[in-house]
Amino acid sequence: MGITRWGRSVAAVAAATALLAACAGTGGGSEGSDGPVTLTWWHNGVDEPLNSYFERVALGFEADHPNVTIENVPIQNEELKAKLADALKTGGFPDIFQQWGGGQMGEQVAAGVLLDLTDDVSSELELIGGSAAGWQLEGRTYGLPFSMGVEGFWYNRALFEQAGIESTPILQEDLDAAVAKLRAAGIVPIAVGAGDKWPAAHYWYNYALRACEPDTMMAAGASKSFSDPCFEKAGTDLEAFLATSPFQDGFLAAPAQQGDTSSAALLANGGVAMELMGHWHPGVMSGLAANGTGLGNDLGWFPFPLTAGGQGNAYSALGGGDGFSCSADAPPECVEFLQYILSVDVQTDYAETGAGLPVTQGSEAGVSDPNMAALLAFRNKAPYVQLWLDVAYGSTVGGALNDAIAQQFAGTGSAAGVVDAMNAAAG
Amino acid sequence: MTDVADETTARVGVTASPATSSPQASATGRASARPVAPAPGGRRGTGSALRKRLEIAFFVAPALLLFLFFVVVPIIRAVQLSAYRWKGYGPLVDFVGLKNYVSVLNNDVFTGALQHNLIIVVASVAIQLPLGLAIALLLNRKMWGQGVLRTIIFVPYVLAEVIAGVVWFQLLQPKYGVIDAMLDAVGLSGPEQGFLGTPEYALWTVIVVLTWKYLGLAVILFLAGLQGVPEELYEASQIDGASWWQTQRKITLPLLGPTIRTWAFLSMIGSLQLFDMVWILTQGGPANATTTMATFLITEGTKRQNYGIAAAASVILFIVALVLALLYQRFILRRDIQDPTASKKKVKA
Repeated sequence: MGITRWGRSVAAVAAATALLAACAGTGGGSEGSDGPVTLTWWHNGVDEPLNSYFERVALGFEADHPNVTIENVPIQNEELKAKLADALKTGGFPDIFQQWGGGQMGEQVAAGVLLDLTDDVSSELELIGGSAAGWQLEGRTYGLPFSMGVEGFWYNRALFEQAGIESTPILQEDLDAAVAKLRAAGIVPIAVGAGDKWPAAHYWYNYALRACEPDTMMAAGASKSFSDPCFEKAGTDLEAFLATSPFQDGFLAAPAQQGDTSSAALLANGGVAMELMGHWHPGVMSGLAANGTGLGNDLGWFPFPLTAGGQGNAYSALGGGDGFSCSADAPPECVEFLQYILSVDVQTDYAETGAGLPVTQGSEAGVSDPNMAALLAFRNKAPYVQLWLDVAYGSTVGGALNDAIAQQFAGTGSAAGVVDAMNAAAG
Repeated sequence: MTDVADETTARVGVTASPATSSPQASATGRASARPVAPAPGGRRGTGSALRKRLEIAFFVAPALLLFLFFVVVPIIRAVQLSAYRWKGYGPLVDFVGLKNYVSVLNNDVFTGALQHNLIIVVASVAIQLPLGLAIALLLNRKMWGQGVLRTIIFVPYVLAEVIAGVVWFQLLQPKYGVIDAMLDAVGLSGPEQGFLGTPEYALWTVIVVLTWKYLGLAVILFLAGLQGVPEELYEASQIDGASWWQTQRKITLPLLGPTIRTWAFLSMIGSLQLFDMVWILTQGGPANATTTMATFLITEGTKRQNYGIAAAASVILFIVALVLALLYQRFILRRDIQDPTASKKKVKA
């Protein structure tokens, strides 16, 4: 097994040189031919409802464009990521493929394999708004999201009521007060799966989003320098919050989504009152709930609270999503297909599947769940949606960042240590 | 997960090579030397000698090719990669020389990982040797249920490491886990963050689980060694009026020497390459309290795409394992390999 991997990487490097040479040769693709065109499409919609949704999308587009055949290739998520990395080395790149944006996209842009969409999708960009930021680099657009979720606290209304909390926290001090009230009522306030690191790291991301101006966060991603004092403030804010001991017993080794003692299972089964998580959380929880469904109507959502003295926009949101990019040598029909995916009707259909939150304005009607509608309203209000920092800053900085934050949670790190770790990883 | 497993086996394969390669190399050396020997017999020999060589080449070539491609080439590739800054795709262009090595050796996480590996090497031998010997001596006596007890002791070793890891992970859950419940029942309480979540205890908890897992191997090897101790020695000692303890100390232990030394060697190499159990129990956490060199290079390579750094770490792991293995062979295993009868004679005298 190990052998194949080594063998593969040997072969891959040899092929990578050939690929780059090939990329340099082809630029943009031929203009508007009416002859038969085949678009190869890689996405991670192997499960329902996404699988049949993407099928509908492909058929719908083919009906509008008789000369286009879409080769629809669903690939399991992890495998897709590996295949895309391999494709970049070997040159077997599909015309249109799933794109998660951020640092990885930056590397693909640097390798010259992505089509610059900026001039072709201006009307789409207008309708998408702040959510597109993660697929842009230095003012150019290299992909478009079709789904974008944001993060916030999922909470148990019944437990909030039991602790006498009347309204959801808006400021950090409200959250602190809620934590104190829950503790007083004998309820564990918050669950976090710090064993997986990223759920813990998301607290720091949110504090950074509140502490830093959007421009600072973006510039830091581009320059890979994290010396702005706001990053240290994020750590200090986190430290203050950790000092209120808001988390469940044994949170340091707890997994986020696996097993009965995972943070998600604790919330789903009424063991804790809150958890900070992305839009996917209700689905994860129902899979772990003892009753098979989860909290039902008791489940509520509120955005991450505001902190004192931050430079960040109060409405900025942290989130992540899925998008598509066209490869540099894809035919022009690829852009048309992308535009079709983002049209209001197709996006409304996407919303109705319940698989995620649509990005195009006008497709909100498809979202029926009240919590999801609240999330969507918050996201649409956000002038700036920051991608998860470990995605936005790339896996090298992101990994070091998550590691340092996990140390802070364990009490062996510090606010300055997190910044040092990021700068060291970037350098 | 499969990715990770792939990578580990690859690394393990690389680092394990010194142990496997040298006997193979010497074997082929001996084989090719042999046909030359009968040559003085006359001219008639040259034709058949050539044929013999061709025959040998024919039979050895496939193994040699496999060895070359899957052991030697990857090692060379790892060394080459370690001199570049490479993110996983594109050509190797960003040559950085020894910078990756400097950064790995200056990395607190890596030096911590190296320390953890060395602690595990020492602790494994220090804990499993006396415990394994005691159990082996006990199980070597004729008694009721001997076979069942032997099986029970050996079962953990047969269990897949991943499964054993998941079982222990569940047992060790804070508050809800079986172990905490048992402590609770007798009025004690485990650490607040659980045994795996508290940085001070996590490494020792892993060592306890490793002991449980690998004690069976030590016991079975020692039991096998005990079969090689001639019965008449025991009889002689009994006639001389030696007590049970004296017999064990003066006869059994010295004669078990070669087995113990071989087992300790295997244990040492296994501890240096430790990955699976740590990965499942803690993923190197909390706060890097249980990282090993293998988990370090997996996180750097597959999770952070720092392939240059990961390659440098793997080369360092290779060198550490190689140096320790050679030292061990030179100073401890040598007497077993060179003259196996010497120690026996000494004991008899």
